[in-house]
Amino acid sequence: MSDSAYVPGTAVALPTAAPAAASGKTVPARHSALVRITHWITTLCFFALLVSGIELVISHPRFYWGETGNDLTPVLFKLPIPASRHLVPTGYGYVLPDQNGWSRYLHFQAAWVVIFTGLLYTISICFSGHLRKDLLPDKADRSWRALAKDIGGHLRFQRPSEAQAWSYNVLQRLTYLFVIFVLFPLVVWTGLAMSPAFVSAVPAAVNVLGGQQSARTLHFFVSLALVLFLVVHVVMIFLAGFWSRMRAMITGRVAATRAGTTMERI
Amino acid sequence: MSKLSRRKLITTGLAAAGGVAGLGVAAKLAQRYGLLPPDHGGIYGLGETLTYASQRLLTRHSLAREFPSSMISKPPFANEIEPPTDEFKRLQAGGFADWRLTVTGMVARPASFSLDQLTSYPSHTQITMLQCEEGWSYIAQWVGVPLSQVLDVVGVLPQARYVVYFSIEPDTWESIDMADALHPQTFLTYGMNGDKLPVGHGGPLRLRVPRQVGYKNVKFITHLTVTDNLKGFGKGLGGASPEFGYAWYAGI
Repeated sequence: MSDSAYVPGTAVALPTAAPAAASGKTVPARHSALVRITHWITTLCFFALLVSGIELVISHPRFYWGETGNDLTPVLFKLPIPASRHLVPTGYGYVLPDQNGWSRYLHFQAAWVVIFTGLLYTISICFSGHLRKDLLPDKADRSWRALAKDIGGHLRFQRPSEAQAWSYNVLQRLTYLFVIFVLFPLVVWTGLAMSPAFVSAVPAAVNVLGGQQSARTLHFFVSLALVLFLVVHVVMIFLAGFWSRMRAMITGRVAATRAGTTMERI
Repeated sequence: MSKLSRRKLITTGLAAAGGVAGLGVAAKLAQRYGLLPPDHGGIYGLGETLTYASQRLLTRHSLAREFPSSMISKPPFANEIEPPTDEFKRLQAGGFADWRLTVTGMVARPASFSLDQLTSYPSHTQITMLQCEEGWSYIAQWVGVPLSQVLDVVGVLPQARYVVYFSIEPDTWESIDMADALHPQTFLTYGMNGDKLPVGHGGPLRLRVPRQVGYKNVKFITHLTVTDNLKGFGKGLGGASPEFGYAWYAGI
C-alpha cells in the first residue's frame, strides 16, 4: 500500500510527544535507540531459534502428552514430514541429514541472547514510560467497546489515523503485551522444562506442565503462536508501508511529507 | 570535536574497555572454578559457557527426577541393535564372564573389574527418565553401582577433572566432569526393570548420567580413564558426539 495519501479531513493533530515538523525533512525518534537495538537483536535470535527449532523437530516429528513418548507409544499428533532419523516411522522412504549438532548449539545460544535482550527491554520499558504510555491501553481504551471498535476497524481494513501513526492502537498494544508478558516467558519456561539438568534443580518447572513430553508439545505450540505473531506483524508492516516502518525501526526517524500538517504514514 | 562528542567517545571507550576487562575477569574466574566447558571457544562458545556455568552453579548437587514404578515405560524403547563387533559376540557367547572394565589415568590404583566384582558392591536403584536429544524419552528402573564407588576403589587423584569412558564399539566414547562423575545417580548400570541390562539397552554395562541427554549414556562400557585434560583424547573435544558436532555438555 502506498504511503502517500493525504486525505483532507482525516489528518488529526500530531500528539504533543511528536515535535511538529515545520520545514525539516524528519522528526526524531519514533522508536528509542534501545527499542530499535533490542528489536533487531530479537529478530535475529527469532530466526536462529526458528530455523534450529525446525531442524530439531525434524529429528522426531511426533508429539506426546505426559512424561514420556517414543516410537512405541501412541502420539498426540505427528507432523506429516520426513524425519532426520531412520527409526522414526514417517511413511517416507528417505531420511533427512542429521543437523542437530549445530541446531542445538545455535538454539541455546540464541535463547541466551534473546533472554538477556528481553530482560533488558522489559526492565527498561518499565522505567522509560514506554510500557505505560505506549503499550498499556489508554484509560479511554480499557473497555470491550473500544476493543470491539478497534477489531471492527481492522476487519474493515480501515487506515490508521495520523495519531495512530505515532502510537499503537489498542489491539496492537494488547498483542505486544501478550507476546512480551505471556508468550515469551512461556516459550522460555517450556524450553527449560525439557532440560534434564535444569529440572533436577527445579522439578516444579516440568511437573506443573504435566511432564517432559507435555513441555515439549507446549513449547511447539507456543513457538507456533510466536510464528503466527511474526506473520501478522510483517503483514501489518507491509499494509502500513514497509519502507517507512523499516526506516522508523532502523533509524528511529519518520519522514515528514508535507510541512507542518501531515506526515508520511508509518 | 565538540565537548559532548568527546565525552561520549571517552565514556564509550571506557565502557568498552570495562566490558572487555570484565569478560576477561569472568573468563579467568570461570576457568578457576571449573565453569568453562571444553567447547567454550568458537562461535557457540558463549551459549555453551553460559549453559554449563549456570547449570554447574545451580545443579551441581541436584538429583534427577525419580518416578514411581507405575510410570516405568512398557516396553522400553531401544534405539540401537546389538553391536556387531566380533569381540562383543565372543564375550556375549561366554555370558559376559570375561567382560572387563578397566580404570586407568589419574588414579592411585589402576584396576580391572569383572561384572561379578561390580555386582558385589552394594547395588543402587533409580527410576529415571532416559531422554534423547531427538525428543523421545522413556522411564526405566536402572540398577547399578554408582560410578563414585568405583572411583573410590581406585583412588582418584585430587587434580582429576574429567572421567572419559569408552564403549566396546569402535569410536564410541564420551566424557563428564567430576561433578557428574561423583554424582550419586551416575551409575555403571548392569540391571534394568528387575532383570539384567538387555544388550539393546547397552548391556552388560552402561553408564547412566540421568541429568544429561541420551548420547552421554554410553552403552557397552569397557574402559574408564580419569584425567585433568581432554586434549589428549581423539581430537581433544572430549567425546565422539562433540567430534560429530554435538555439544560436550548435554544437560540441556
